[in-house]
Amino acid sequence: MDSVTPFIVLSSILFTIGAIGVLTRRNAIVVFMCVELMLNACNLALVAFAHQYGNLDGQIAAFFVMVVAAAEVVVGLAIIMTIFRTRRSASVDDASLLKY
Amino acid sequence: MAEGGHSVPLVDPTSADGVFSLMWLVIALPAAGAAVLLIGGALAPRAFASFGHLLGTLMPIGSFALSLAMFLQLQGRDEADRQVVQHLWTFIRVGELDAGFDLLYDPLTALFLLLITGVGSLIHVYSIGYMEHDPRRVRFFGYLNLFVAAMLVLIMSENYIGLFLGWEGVGLASYLLIGFWQHKHSAAAAAKKAFVINRVGDMGLSTAIMLAFVTFGSVSFTTISAGAGEAGEKTMTAMGLLLLLGACGKSAQVPLQAWLLDAMEGPTPVSALIHAATMVTAGVYLVVRSNFVFDYAPNAQTVVVIVATVTLLWGAVIGCAKDDIKKALAGSTMSQIGYMMLGAGLGPAGYAFAIFHLLTHGFFKANMFLGAGSVMHGMDDDVDMRHYGALRKAMPITFITFAMGYLAIIGFPGFSGFWSKDKIIETALAENWIVGVCALLGAGVTGFYMTRLMIMTFFGEKRWEKDVHPHESPSVMTFPLIVLAALSVVSGVLLLGGWIEHWLEPVTGVPDHHEPPIPALAVTGLAVLVVAAGVALAVALVARRPVPREAPTEVSFATRAARADIYGDAFNDQVIVEPGRALTTGLVRMDRSVVDGTFRAGVVLVGGIGALTRRAQNGYVRSYALSVLGGVLLVVLALLAVNLA
Repeated sequence: MDSVTPFIVLSSILFTIGAIGVLTRRNAIVVFMCVELMLNACNLALVAFAHQYGNLDGQIAAFFVMVVAAAEVVVGLAIIMTIFRTRRSASVDDASLLKY
Repeated sequence: MAEGGHSVPLVDPTSADGVFSLMWLVIALPAAGAAVLLIGGALAPRAFASFGHLLGTLMPIGSFALSLAMFLQLQGRDEADRQVVQHLWTFIRVGELDAGFDLLYDPLTALFLLLITGVGSLIHVYSIGYMEHDPRRVRFFGYLNLFVAAMLVLIMSENYIGLFLGWEGVGLASYLLIGFWQHKHSAAAAAKKAFVINRVGDMGLSTAIMLAFVTFGSVSFTTISAGAGEAGEKTMTAMGLLLLLGACGKSAQVPLQAWLLDAMEGPTPVSALIHAATMVTAGVYLVVRSNFVFDYAPNAQTVVVIVATVTLLWGAVIGCAKDDIKKALAGSTMSQIGYMMLGAGLGPAGYAFAIFHLLTHGFFKANMFLGAGSVMHGMDDDVDMRHYGALRKAMPITFITFAMGYLAIIGFPGFSGFWSKDKIIETALAENWIVGVCALLGAGVTGFYMTRLMIMTFFGEKRWEKDVHPHESPSVMTFPLIVLAALSVVSGVLLLGGWIEHWLEPVTGVPDHHEPPIPALAVTGLAVLVVAAGVALAVALVARRPVPREAPTEVSFATRAARADIYGDAFNDQVIVEPGRALTTGLVRMDRSVVDGTFRAGVVLVGGIGALTRRAQNGYVRSYALSVLGGVLLVVLALLAVNLA
């Protein structure tokens, strides 16, 4: 039972680092990497709990997350590329035209 | 006011057979005429222009022939058998209310049928000539037929619902015909005024019908007359007063009299048919038909008598000061209907005389209105009597026929009006001497204003406008005048041997015999003297000095009041129109300020909140992410709190 605790702790640390990164960094690529970090922290938690309960659902969910993350990376990177080409900047604060 | 002499209830009327089975056709003929002329005239105006007026005239003539056949048939029957009912179909059946479309033919209906279809046919004939150059003549005949059909529904119905249907139908036809020349602003306004004032009366009539239904569970004359004795005097008084309100609206009695003089904006045949001979007397018909109500409501009868007495003087005074020939005649109509109402308000002693006067008035007043139309026809539609004068040579037939009507209305001995008015005055004197004296006085004023009208139109010097060449009207117009003039002279024979009283007994009951305070012959002599005084006064005031072409402005207060219809319009304006307008203005203001204001405040509030909160949409992805994270944290905290609690 206790063997799962370190994984959950690690997962929480990774998630927190990812969340702080998303909130504080301006570079779109870094923000993106932080999002990936949060997704992977979630995967870690899913796998750990699946192991604890001897249940494969969590592991399958982890695969789904990976697939979705891969698709997201494709679209997200393409958007970041386009923004960078037109504005010569990868800062998320510069792309703030859509507002009140 | 009248004591005793309660009416005979309409008991067990026989169902229609023989010629009576065609009773429905009397209404159906003019109704079909109206439908064909109004629809066909709109679809194929050219085709109908050539024969529409003939078709429209044939319909009431057909109804008249049928009415005559039915009248003769009814006379051959036993007195107890003289009430015939024809059930056509169920009209309304809702809950307890079961009103059939039933027609009733009894002595009262018989006389009315003859008057309406007879005078109606003559006026249709006259209209062929009078409306010859009007491009909308087919429509005019369609409306006239519609009026005749509605009037026949009114008098032939066996229950109050059917009566009300006809009542509203004649109101509609009257509205359409007053405003027939709708391009004239005054005609359109007069039509609207007549319609609106009539609605006030109709409210009274419809409330009376509801009261009858609540009290008796039925609206049929037969049922109500059978149960009238048990309903209690208060109910009967209320019902009588409400019926009187309805009668006041339709018959232009004070206080709902203001529309009749304006209604003269309509074509003259309309004034003769609707606003003299038939429709305006519907109120008298209503009171006489509802005799079973009034016999049990002496207070309501007293109010009828008061209204009638006021109106008969009111109309007569107006008639004295009008220079418009049609308005002078309209004032006279008001006054004469006042006489009829007076007769009807006197109870069983007066019902027969009210109907008698109604018939003779129908003849002589229609005659005089048509005569006035003939004069206008010759004078290029000028109605101002100050522009007439000396027309007796230019229009001999119109003059002679008009003179017959004149002698009848003032009550020249031997003419029809002499017999009918004299009987009402006699009965009034026997019941109440104040009312009787007022009626006598009214007869004197009648002599005055009719003589004035006669002198200004047919005698004296020519005061014609330039380029006016008076000429006699075509024979299609003079023929009805001659027939009506003959009837004005001889219709007094209905009184011979008390025929009309006896004929109407199955409807109105047998009157108690009151001994008049003074002998009948003395009353007659007195009436003739009073009329002679009125005529002499008119001769002295009007004939002995030249009539100015412009109405003098330096006149007495009485003349000014009479010219302004005794301030009837001014009163309505001050008491009803102005407060009503103030009320609507106030309501509009309240709508704009309070109701609209509430909604506007809501709009401003929502807009303000939106303006503040939209600042959150600042376009920075990281701040959105922060709010998402904050939201998730809140949800997690909430879940934890719930789980731990």
